[in-house]
Amino acid sequence: MSIFSKRRRSSLLAEFASPEELARALEALRTAGYGELETYTPFDMPRTTPALGLRRPLLPWLVALAGLAGGITTYWIQWFANSWSYPLNVGGRPLHPVPAFIPATFEGTVLTAALVAFFGLFVSLRLPALWHPVFEIDGFERATVDRFWIEVGGVQSELDARQMRHIANEAGALRIVPLAMEDR
Amino acid sequence: MAEPARAMGAHDHTVLEPYPVSRDARDDAALTDHLLSPIWTRSRAWWILFTVAGLLTLLFVFSATWTIAKGIGTWGNNIPVAWAFAITDFVWWIGIGHAGTFISAFLILLAQRWRASVNRLAEAMTLFALVNAGLFPLLHLGRPWFFYWLIPYPSTTRVWPNFRSALPWDVAAVATYFTVSLLFWYTGLVPDLATARDRAPGRIRRMIYGIFALGWRGAGRQWRQYRVVYIILAGLATPLVISVHSVVSLDFSIAQLPGWHSTIFPPYFVAGAIYSGLAMVLMLMLPVRRIFHLEDVITEQHLDRIAKLILATGLMLAYSYMCEAFIAWYSGDHFERYTYLFARPRGPYAWLYWVMTAANIVTPQLFWFARLRTNVVVLFLASVVIWAGMWMERFVIIVTSLNRDFLPSSWHLYAPSWVDWGLLVGSLGVFLLLFLAFLRWVPFVPVSEVKRLHFELRREEGPLSAGHEPPEERAVTRPRRVEEER
Repeated sequence: MSIFSKRRRSSLLAEFASPEELARALEALRTAGYGELETYTPFDMPRTTPALGLRRPLLPWLVALAGLAGGITTYWIQWFANSWSYPLNVGGRPLHPVPAFIPATFEGTVLTAALVAFFGLFVSLRLPALWHPVFEIDGFERATVDRFWIEVGGVQSELDARQMRHIANEAGALRIVPLAMEDR
Repeated sequence: MAEPARAMGAHDHTVLEPYPVSRDARDDAALTDHLLSPIWTRSRAWWILFTVAGLLTLLFVFSATWTIAKGIGTWGNNIPVAWAFAITDFVWWIGIGHAGTFISAFLILLAQRWRASVNRLAEAMTLFALVNAGLFPLLHLGRPWFFYWLIPYPSTTRVWPNFRSALPWDVAAVATYFTVSLLFWYTGLVPDLATARDRAPGRIRRMIYGIFALGWRGAGRQWRQYRVVYIILAGLATPLVISVHSVVSLDFSIAQLPGWHSTIFPPYFVAGAIYSGLAMVLMLMLPVRRIFHLEDVITEQHLDRIAKLILATGLMLAYSYMCEAFIAWYSGDHFERYTYLFARPRGPYAWLYWVMTAANIVTPQLFWFARLRTNVVVLFLASVVIWAGMWMERFVIIVTSLNRDFLPSSWHLYAPSWVDWGLLVGSLGVFLLLFLAFLRWVPFVPVSEVKRLHFELRREEGPLSAGHEPPEERAVTRPRRVEEER
C-alpha cells in the first residue's frame, strides 16, 4: 500500500488464445459501452487501436517543433562561429556562406527531432517502469509471447462485471482475472 | 467473366512473387522460442569465432596504440598521398552501414513486408560498421585526444571549426547517423527484449532483459505510440541514408583534384554505399540463416529481393563509372583526361582498377538469372567479391587521384605500412566481435514483427476469402499455399 494511493480501482482482465478472439471481444465490449479498455498483445494490432478511444498523439507535433528548433540552432551556431564571433577570411570567400551551412543544419534538424521522438516515446508512456500491477497476474508473461489480454477498467457494479464476463466468455476467453490496483 | 480475371491475377502473382515471405508454420509460442533460442544456447563454435574476433580486435588495438604513440608517420601516407588506407576504410565501412538503414527505414516507408525478419540484423550491421567508420578519421587526426576540437563549443581560444570545410559536415553527419541508427534500432528492440524477459530461463537473465525492456508490457496505448514514433524515426533515418554518403562524397568533390572534382559524386557514392552494404548483409545473413535454421522466416524471397537490389544499385554504379569517364573525356580537360583515361586504367594501380571494375560491374550481372538469385553459394561468393571490390573502388578513387595530380615532379607512389594493414584487418575483427556479441545476447530476428506478419498473412487467407473461393483455387492464388504443397 503506497502512501500516495488515493483509492483502490479494480479492473477485470480476460485472456484470449488468438488475436481474432481478442478483436471480437474488444468490439463487443466497446459496443456494450465499456469505456476504459486496454489490450495487451505480443505484437502491434493497429486495427484494435480505435476501440481503445485514444486521443490523437501530440508527439509528432513536438518532434516537428524540435526538428525546427534543432535546425535553427545548428544554423545559428555556424553563423555565430564563422561569421560573427571569429570571421575567417579564406581566399576572399563569403563570410556568411549559406550553402556551406546547409549540411550541418540538416543533420542538426534530424538529430534533435530523433532525440525528441525517442525520449518522447518513453516519457509519454511513463517508461521505464519495471513493475506494473498486471505483471502480478500468474501467466501474464505470455502476453508478450502468444496470449492476448483485454483489461476492462472502471467496473463499478456486480452487474457490470457479470456482463463483462459474459461478453468475454462468449468471445472465447480462456479465463477472467480480477485485478485490484492502486490508482496512481 | 470472373474466372479469367482471377486466373490472370493468379498468374501475375506467382510470376512477380514466386517465393513466400514466410514459410513458418509454427504457432506463436513455438516461433518465439525458435527465434529466441540462439540467445539461450551456448555453442563451442561461437566461442572459437569469438576468440578469433578477439585476437583480431587486439591487432586493431595494437595498431591503433602504435599510431597514437608514434603518430601517423607510421602509416604509408605521405605527400602527395596524404589520404590513403584510413580514409578508404572509413568510406568503405560507412558505406556498408547504409544498407542496414536502407532495409530497416526505407523499406518500412515503402511497406515492404520482407524487411520484417531481416531488419534487426541489417541495422546492427549498420551500427557496428559505423563504430569502425568513426575510428579511422579519429585516428587520422594525429592527435586523437583533441577530437573535441571538431565540436563547436565556446573555448577560451575563441577559435571555432570552419564550417565552410566539408570535414566538420562529416562530423555532424556521422555523429547524427550513428545516434539516429542507435535510437531506431533500440526502439525496434524494446518489445522483443520484453519477450526475452518473459521467456528468460533464470532470474538473472530475466532481470537483465527486464531492465533493457524498460517495463514494456505490450499495452494497446504503448503499441499505438510506439508505431507513431517508429514511423517517425524511419522517416528521419531515410534521408540520412541519402545524406550521409553524400556528405562523405563532398569531402572529395569539393576539392579540385582531378578524379575527385565531380558533381556526380553524391549519387554515385550513395548507390555504391547501398550496394556494398547489401553485399555485406548477404555475407552475414546467409551463414546466420543456415546456422540458426531460419530458412522458414528468411526465405528465398529475401535473398531474391536483396539480389535484385544489388543488381539495381550495381547498374547505377556502372552508369556512374561510365559517366565519370565520359565527362572526363568530354570536358577536354587535360588533367581529367589523364586521370580517367591513363592514370587509372594504365597507371601503377591499373591492376586494382581492373579487378575493381570486374568485381563491381560484372559480378552483379549474375543476378539477371532468377535461379542464381536464390543460390546461396553464388550469393555468398558474389557478395564477398562485391564487398572487396567496393573497398578497392574507394582505394582507387582516393589513391590514384592523389598520387598523380597536376605536377608530374611531385608524383609519388603509395604503399601501405604494416600499421595500415593492421588497422584494416583489425577493424574486421572489431566488427566480428560486436556482431557475435549481438548474435549471442540480442534477439536478432524481430520476434514481434514476424508474429505480426504471420497474423496478417493468416488474415489474408482468413474466413472471408475462404467463403468465396473453392480451396483448390486458393492454392493457386496464394503463393504460400503453393509452396506448402510442393
